[in-house]
Amino acid sequence: MLSPVFIRNLKACLGEENVLLDPEDLICYSFDAASGIPPRKPGAVAIPRSREQVSEILRVCSRHGVPVYPRGSGTNLTGGTVPSPDGIVLSMVELSQILDIDAENLTATAEPGVVIDKLNKAVAQFGLMYPPDPGTVATCTLGGSVAECSGGLRGLKYGVTRDYVMGLEVVVADGSIIRVGGKTVKNVSGYDLTRLFVGSEGTLGIFTQITVRLVPAPQARRSMLAVFDSVDKAGQTVADIIIHRVVPATLEIMDDITIRSVEAYTPVGLPVGAAAVLFIEVDGYPEVVEREAGIVRDICQTHQAQEVRVAKDEVERDRLWEARRVALPALARVKPTTILEDATVPRSKIPNMLSAIKEVARKYSLTIGTFGHAGDGNLHPTILTDASNTEEMTRVKAAIEEIFQTALSLGGTLSGEHGIGIAKAEFMEWEFGPAGLDLMQRVKKAFDPQNILNPGKVVRRAGD
Amino acid sequence: MIWYEDTQRLRQEVLRCMKCGNCQAVCPIYQELRREAGVARGKIRLVEAYLGGELPATHGLERRLDLCLTCGACTASCPSGVRFDQIIISARAAMIRERGLPIGKKLLFYGGLRNRRVVKLGLKGAYIVQRAAFRRHPFRKAGYPRLPIGLDPRRIVPEVAARPLVEASPPMRVKKPVAQVAYFAGCLNNYIYTDIGHSVINVLAKNGVEVSVPREQHCCGIPCFAHGDLDLAREMARSSVDLFWNQRVDAIITSCATCGVAWKHHFHELLEGEPSYAEKARALAQRTFDVAEFLVDVVGYLPPQGYLQRKVTYHDPCHANRILNIRRQPRAILQSIPGVEFIEMSNPDRCCGGAGLLSLTHYQLSMRISARKVEDIKRTGGEVVATSCPACRLQLEDALNRFGTDTNVVYVTQLLDEAYNL
Repeated sequence: MLSPVFIRNLKACLGEENVLLDPEDLICYSFDAASGIPPRKPGAVAIPRSREQVSEILRVCSRHGVPVYPRGSGTNLTGGTVPSPDGIVLSMVELSQILDIDAENLTATAEPGVVIDKLNKAVAQFGLMYPPDPGTVATCTLGGSVAECSGGLRGLKYGVTRDYVMGLEVVVADGSIIRVGGKTVKNVSGYDLTRLFVGSEGTLGIFTQITVRLVPAPQARRSMLAVFDSVDKAGQTVADIIIHRVVPATLEIMDDITIRSVEAYTPVGLPVGAAAVLFIEVDGYPEVVEREAGIVRDICQTHQAQEVRVAKDEVERDRLWEARRVALPALARVKPTTILEDATVPRSKIPNMLSAIKEVARKYSLTIGTFGHAGDGNLHPTILTDASNTEEMTRVKAAIEEIFQTALSLGGTLSGEHGIGIAKAEFMEWEFGPAGLDLMQRVKKAFDPQNILNPGKVVRRAGD
Repeated sequence: MIWYEDTQRLRQEVLRCMKCGNCQAVCPIYQELRREAGVARGKIRLVEAYLGGELPATHGLERRLDLCLTCGACTASCPSGVRFDQIIISARAAMIRERGLPIGKKLLFYGGLRNRRVVKLGLKGAYIVQRAAFRRHPFRKAGYPRLPIGLDPRRIVPEVAARPLVEASPPMRVKKPVAQVAYFAGCLNNYIYTDIGHSVINVLAKNGVEVSVPREQHCCGIPCFAHGDLDLAREMARSSVDLFWNQRVDAIITSCATCGVAWKHHFHELLEGEPSYAEKARALAQRTFDVAEFLVDVVGYLPPQGYLQRKVTYHDPCHANRILNIRRQPRAILQSIPGVEFIEMSNPDRCCGGAGLLSLTHYQLSMRISARKVEDIKRTGGEVVATSCPACRLQLEDALNRFGTDTNVVYVTQLLDEAYNL
């Protein structure tokens, strides 16, 4: 519980109306989009409106030893923003200005509460684009997505958030404000703290300004859908496209369970007997797009795709992508609880991973639908279950562990884009070993000696 | 027991929410407040906590459940298809069952709205004192409050009509009518915007439709329904169903998006537990049409000949657009008027911020939402905003005035009527 003195200090920095204490508000900040993580109310919600206020809050929190749980739109999937009653939620949504769009240096600088979609609309006026596009692009904040190092559908060609963050202004645990990186393409001064902060999930510092790299927006794009009667053929197609030196912006896969769920939810004309479908989009200059689309179509046909649909215009493109867009909600409809994972493997191991997931589903008698970013090896095995069935939940837990182990044994990682948060913290040692984890814990301690920055997430420390 | 009273169904519906937060992108209230309690996801979590016994029926909960425009944008965009429009009403109803109506709403609903004569008398009184209480706007039929009567001094309030529409519209006889209809005007058109009411009657008559305006018609009861008083809403639904069941007409015409929703959906939902009433309500729902829908899809209205040189844009009322699917018909009417240059605004389907009582209880918030609408309207360069709901007109007139533009707000049939008479 928070002490009255602390609350008084907090109100002194922010003003009465920017500190929420009512139980009704605290309940609203007790969760995020992760399923299976029990909600926990914070002691208070603090809503700063300037970097000075953020710094002031951290000063007060470090003085009182009160944990700080930073939060953007609360759309993350691993419990990374779930607070605790002895700490405060730091809601960053009011720091929401785009400060600078620098078309000459191809950068944009914005506050963390800017919603990515808004940033993209603003830079589009300059013919530019900020490529990372997590599924929640219309809601998630830039700060949250930098903290989680979000990926999205364009990872194969454009990379992930990490590849676009050039500089940060960060408030560190004691309230000091530091700047790392900047607008220059080349920068080798000192340690690369920018990269360390990206994906740190709020455990190392609080961003107050973010400078990102922009790229020219592609002039044309072409979408295709290819249907296969075996997962292997789809996997071979993915490999072959890359071998032919075509790098699609997007290369998505969907398995049979997902296809059937999508068709049951919104009939979009996917063949329900199919084993896998690929969604492919190439983008760039119109002439290149035309040529690459032809190559991709030929490769799909070489691998005996039962059907290849090419979108002729934007309307057809939207219709085609509808099936991919509704994948998660369609699966979510099947059972009361949906557990979405993002174990990731090298692209070439996608067929192995898909068949391993099928095997896990069979072994533990679970329904698992898999879809995801085949082009970058990032799959989303989605377990359809019922949280109130404790017996089944034990099997779910075992299945998840086995999926993680398989991903790691194939040279992959626990998380491609959702982060570790609370949900996967216990598995970190599998990936990094005791020495690796120990080093991370020491990094955490160097940045946050009192353990007040989003404690209990990513790397746990004794007592979390 | 109907859906809105079934706690079990409510519990199942809130469980379907994945907490993805996609509703943040479309919720007009969240876009202003940026607080979790302002958006559907937060409120769903609150309802969950309330149903699970974690949170008692507090005043704080009641206040947060008040923060919904019932615009339906979250429901329309929810990837899991969660019916937040139903959740919010059910939750408000559950709160009222436990706590009773707050005193202000009780006075308004039971002391006023429930009784037609009281409403009529009250508005007659308002008509008499309005010149004293309000300073007239230079060109709008509205006034600014002179005295601190709990209204923002910059707010304009429309004038109450000298005679309610139902008293000023004798039954109209048409030779060989193509259809006989009864017009359910709704409170706003009956007592305040009688110009809308008359235009509806005129354009229908022009198209050979015989219109009767039953004098005893009364409020549809949606304000009570929206705030969770289902018993009173049911009582009022019964009286409307009784009155119009006896009209022996081909159709019931509405010219208020929310009244239209009452007739098409809420009356029979509310009366589900009373088979004889429910059946009548369902039969009447089948025969209820929004006036633009009736003109375009049913009678095939006469194209107007008069030339109206005006730049016009259209605002989609939430209830017309998302519940009644009325989008195409009003636009078709506007575009058929010679001389009208129709300019689509961006986000025509974004809530105007009116949302019934919310514009009284949360005026500042409601104006912040309207401010965005005003920006979209201004960018079209239109001289006239047409819409299909008098409640939107009420809000838009005030907002356009407040944010410094003299753009006129009309109901779609007003322009059509004008074009017919040129």
